[in-house]
Order: sequence, then C-alpha cells, then structure tokens
Amino acid sequence: MSDTALPQPARPAITPLDTSDPELSRWSLKWIGLGLLPLILLAGVLAIIVATDGGLGERAAPPIETLNVQRVTLPELNEIQVSVVNDGPDAITIAQVLVDDAYWSFELDGGATLDRLESTTITIPYPWVEGEAHAIGIISRNGVVFDADVPVAIESPDSDGETFLRFALIGFYVGVIPVGLGLLWYPFMRRLGSGGMRFILALTIGLLVFLAIDMFGEAQEIALSVPAALNGPLLVPVVALLAFLALMTVASRRSDAPRRGLAVAYQIALGIGLHNMGEGLAIGAAFALGEVALGVFLIIGFTLHNVTEGVGIAAPILRDQPPLRHFAWLALLAGGPAIPGVWIGGFLYSPFWTTIFLAIGIGAIVQVVVEVSRIIMRGAERENIPWMNWTTFGGVTAGLAVMYATALLVAG
Amino acid sequence: MLNLKRLSRRDVLRVGASGAALAGAGGALALLAPVDSRASQSAGHGTTHPYDPQTGSGDSEHDGHSMSMTVGDVGPDAIGIDPTAYLTTFDYGTASTFPSGQTLREYEIVAYDKEIEIAPGVFFPAWTYNGQVPGPTIRCNEGDRLRIRFVNAGSHPHTLHFHGIHSAFMDGVTGIGRGNIEVGEAFVYEFDAKPFGCHLYHCHSVPLKRHIHKGLYGAFIVNPDPEKHGERARSRHPDYDESKEWQEHVMMMNAFDTTFDGANEVYAVNSVAFHYMKHPIRIERDRPVRVYLINITEFDPINSFHLHANFFDYYDHGTTLEPTLRTVDTIMQCQAQRGILEFSFAGFEPGLYMFHAHQSEFPELGWMSAFEVVE
Repeated sequence: MSDTALPQPARPAITPLDTSDPELSRWSLKWIGLGLLPLILLAGVLAIIVATDGGLGERAAPPIETLNVQRVTLPELNEIQVSVVNDGPDAITIAQVLVDDAYWSFELDGGATLDRLESTTITIPYPWVEGEAHAIGIISRNGVVFDADVPVAIESPDSDGETFLRFALIGFYVGVIPVGLGLLWYPFMRRLGSGGMRFILALTIGLLVFLAIDMFGEAQEIALSVPAALNGPLLVPVVALLAFLALMTVASRRSDAPRRGLAVAYQIALGIGLHNMGEGLAIGAAFALGEVALGVFLIIGFTLHNVTEGVGIAAPILRDQPPLRHFAWLALLAGGPAIPGVWIGGFLYSPFWTTIFLAIGIGAIVQVVVEVSRIIMRGAERENIPWMNWTTFGGVTAGLAVMYATALLVAG
Repeated sequence: MLNLKRLSRRDVLRVGASGAALAGAGGALALLAPVDSRASQSAGHGTTHPYDPQTGSGDSEHDGHSMSMTVGDVGPDAIGIDPTAYLTTFDYGTASTFPSGQTLREYEIVAYDKEIEIAPGVFFPAWTYNGQVPGPTIRCNEGDRLRIRFVNAGSHPHTLHFHGIHSAFMDGVTGIGRGNIEVGEAFVYEFDAKPFGCHLYHCHSVPLKRHIHKGLYGAFIVNPDPEKHGERARSRHPDYDESKEWQEHVMMMNAFDTTFDGANEVYAVNSVAFHYMKHPIRIERDRPVRVYLINITEFDPINSFHLHANFFDYYDHGTTLEPTLRTVDTIMQCQAQRGILEFSFAGFEPGLYMFHAHQSEFPELGWMSAFEVVE
C-alpha cells in the first residue's frame, strides 16, 4: 500500500496487493519465506524451552504415571487378558499385577516400560470363577495401582465363524428388521392429510432429537475411557460439529429439488445407521463382558425401540412414491450398520473409535433434524399457517415420549 | 437408552459382589494346601531364581499356587540389606566397660530418605534408619548402658523412641523431653537396657502414621541376665553355651501403602513381599528355632503369624522366661506388640514349612514365607 500516497485518481484508494510486483508475487522465495518466518521463530523458541526446561529448572517431582485400561477379556479358562495404553506424559513401568487383592503372575507381550501412548497386553493365568466379579490391579514401578474390572466373568466370544454369524444375526434383529418393519407404515402414512403429515414429520424430529441427546450422553460416557491424551470428551462435540457441517455442505449442493424428499430420507437413514452401529457396539461389548443374561431382553428392547426409526425415515418421502428398491436400501443403510457394530463391539471394542462413530452419528442426526424442519416449514409456508403449531408440538412430544417409553424396555 | 443399559450392568455388579467374597474364601483355602516353593518363580521379566541348589534353577514350570505371587525378584540390596542377612544380623554396638563394671554400648543411627524395593520392580520412597527398612536390630544384654547417637540427615524432623524403660527426656517424642531432632541435628539417647525382652524402636514424630509407615522402625532385643533370672535365661544370652544351638531370626511384620490412601498394597515380614517364599529360610532340623516377632504394620489393627505343620511356645513381649502361650500354631499382635516364638523341627521330614499371616488378604499381598528344613 506504499503507493496510496501518490496521486493516482484512476485507481481506487484501497487496492488489493499488487501482484504484478515481482518482489511480492505468489510463490516467490520471499513470499514463501514470509510464510515460514513465524514457524522458524517458533521452532527456535521451542528449542530454547527444551534446552532450558522452560525456566522451571530440573524436574524434581516424580514422573506422572497413568495407564488406561482399554479392554479386559477372558479368552479361556484360567486366563485373563488386559489391554492397556500409557496415556500419560511420561513413560510407565508395569511392575506387578494383582487379581482380587492377590499378587499374581503375568506375562507382557512386550517390554514392561511403556512410552507415551504405547500399549501392551497383560496375560494373567488366573482361575476366574464363572458368573462372578473380579478386580484387577496393575502396579507401576512407583506403586501406583490402576484398576481394571471383570463385572461378570464369562469366557469371551471366540472370533470363529459361528460367533461371527451369531453376532450378525443379533445386528440384523436389532437393526434391519425393526427399521424395515417401521417402513411398512409407509402406505398407512401416505393416506394422512397435511396435518397428519406434519405430525409425523414432527414426530420424526422428536425421535431424532432424543437419539442425538442419548448418543451425546453415551459418547461422553465412553469418551471417559479414551486415553486422556486423545481428549475424548472434547472430541465428541468437535467431531459432531464437523460431521454436521460436512453433511450440510453435501446437502446444500443438491439442487435437484424433486428428489429432495428421498435425499433427506437417505440422510436420515445414514444418521440412524450410525446410531444403530453405536447400539451394535454396546450390545457386542455387553456380550464380550459376559452380560449374555441381559442379552435377549436387550435385543427385544432395542428391536422395539428401533421400529420407530422406520417411521422417521419414511416421513420425508410421503409425497414422493419412490421405487420399492429404495425402501430396501433405506432399511439396509439405517439398520445394517448394527451388524458391524456388534462385531466390532464383541471382538475389538475400542473406546476411541466408538466415541468417533457416535460423534459422527450425532452430527448426522442434527443435520437431519434441520432438513426435516425445513420440510415442515416449507409445507407450512404453502398452506400459509405458522410452522410451529400444536400439531408440530404434539408430534415432537409424541416422538420424544415414544423413544423414552421404549427406552425403558432396554433398561431391563 | 444405551446408558440405561449400563444401569442394569451395575445391577449385575451388585449381584456379583457377594460372589466375589466367596471367591476370596476359596483363595484362602488354597493357601493352606502344600506348596512347592521350588516352583515359586513365576513367568515373566526373564529373571532367574538364584536360590534353589537342588534343581539348579528356579525357572521351573508353573504349578498351581506358584501363580499367586509377585513376578521376578528384588535386587540384593532391596531394603538396604539383603533380606536374608537381615534375619540374623544383630548389632551389639561398640562395647566398653565402666569402672563400675557396667557395659557401655555405643551405636550410631542416621535417618535419611532412600528408595527401597518392596516387591520386584515396585519402589517405595522410604524414610530409613541407616538406609535400611527395618532399621538395624539393636541387641544388648539386660542392664547395659546404651548410648545411641542419632543424626537426622532426612528431610523431616525425626526421633528415636524406644520401647523400654527410660527417662521422659529420652522418650523420643515430639514435644516431650528432647523432642524432635530437626533436620541436620544430632542427639545422644542414653539409658540402661531394661526390661529384657523382644522390643522395638521407631520414630515418634508427628504425623505419627506417616513417620512409621514410611519405614522408621527397627528391632530392639534385650537379652535376659542368667545371674538374675536363672538357668532358663542362658539360651537367650550369647555368652552362654546353651544359646549356641539356637537358630534365631528377627522378623518385623510390616506393610507399605504405595498409593498413600491409608491402605497397604504390600505386606511382608522384613519389607519384601514373598521374599522368604522365593528364598526360604534355611533351618537345620535338629537345632531349635527362636523367632523375635514384631508387628509394626500400619493401618491394619492386627497382624498374625501362623506356622504350618508345627506348634510353638510364645512369650509375649519376650519379658518372661515362662511361655505366655504354650503349644499354639497361630498368634496375633496389635501394632507394636511383639513376642518370642520357640519351636523345633527335630524329627520332622525335611522340606518346606510355610508360615504367614492368617488373614488371607495379607499372605496374598506378600506376607507369605517358608522355612526350608534340612537335615
């Protein structure tokens, strides 16, 4: 802007950077150098901090030892396996292992010292008692004890073909079947008047809002067992926000208005699919933790609970009449993810990835809530009535109430 | 809905809690079964068992109960002294004689901070007397004059508080008599050794729990004078031949709260969990055994001693020459209670004879040991 002092009335008083200046043109060495300068200075400052211990002097305090228990399994009789990861800032050395307040022998699948975010599996030859609880303590070099629990001891499922199929079937019962059954209300719902339509759409919003809140709570709970360094609880809203924005971006690109209802239905199905994957994870993990006794009732509960999700998916396409195959795809998209969910939960449950999946699901569902709200608003505009009236409110309330009531079934 | 499911998981936990208690009882029974400690070395860490001369190796295969133990072994200087050497190391001080004929024994005890290894790979930031936990065993004869120069080179005020008879000024308690010996200070505690018996000394600075469980304690043994108490006293006095056949061991039942939450993670005699299971105490079958047993366990109200396959006579506090309990195999002691156990394996089959606390929790957390009786 050095040229603004010169009398040049033909040009605007404030001009963009003069790219014709060879000294400052893009990709010139100088330009790149200007971009790198702060980074180079930053590196220098970091080097000084490291070299001088940041002025804190020699660290006298003992190292901070933390150990995150990822997973406890009972692969066979007389064996307990505990997967742990060091999520603290310093290295940690595993010195001894306690089971039920007794020192016990153990083997590690690597060295006893774990660096930051390094993980290991502890194998303990312990005669666990079926159906009873066991408590495991892992003692570090400095005598810090980290706890791991076996709430109900039962042999962990083998990853053989039969278990694989059995888990797939559970996922099918919990996911695909109820969503498919819910979609069968489609012909019934089509005969509803515009008021009834609005009620069903509002009901969908209620269902989805319930799911989003529920998933948020669940994600936060699981995030607590994510290694602290990865900051699980923060990941939930951040990933959810990113998923929401990404899906909004994708959705806004679609300008082919006639297919809008179907597109929204697919978006709902995707969000619900991620949610059902989370449910699958929970069920699979419950099986892995030996809560099979609860399993059957749990499956019935989830199945009933998820029937209403089919209604939500069908709601935006009541005015269209999409080909039948779309219903099959919608049911599969919304219900199918429960199957890999059960597999992952049962065989390689990871709090980190579960948190991520649930957070994506939250973002997807919130985005769908926005889409469905738009449909309601557009309809209200056409009929020249306020979009928020008692019908809408009743629908949302009914959606929340149905979800709340069917959730009680899962409580056992 | 998912978190409601968690609720039911907790219900299951509650049901499981009673089951866990039963499992604990089962574990206790298992402890009573015979154990071959030669198989005591467990897998992992790749350390070898230096002890067993018969198999030549401790790395034998797992069998049953050997699983129920720590993995690996501690260094030879784990507690500032080899735990096996500690059993039979008695410090009679530097002796001289007053014109009156009374014996003077002079000792020096320095308190300083030191990390000790209380289980293989588990380190505890201890406060020590002379760098070891328990501190050195101070032994003398009844009536000796003791001069114990105490130097505090630690990081907190400390004292030496003897269980024995002495003046109030020499009591070694915060705020009484000489009181705290501050960091960098020294003081000479002086008194006549009485009464005879099995006693102890410890730091009596406040906060008391912390100063005790950090490791400031040791055994204090006063031999009875046979000229005063007759022939029965001879076997407990090193100047008399009757004492020569006895195999004497000092055992302080102690524990460590590594997490500083007011409950112990490691129990032992003489600091190292399972040490005398991994290195059984060698006993010659035909010579009698005397154990000076002292309980200095913090946080738990009592500790106990149970001997397998044998019975012993017990002299509470060791202040009598007649047993206070005859033919028992289990005794209990509150903190600072102590006594002398006398028994014999004469005529017994050679082999391993366990001894341990009989609150099953303690042996499983380290207070489990064995005598190896040899011909």
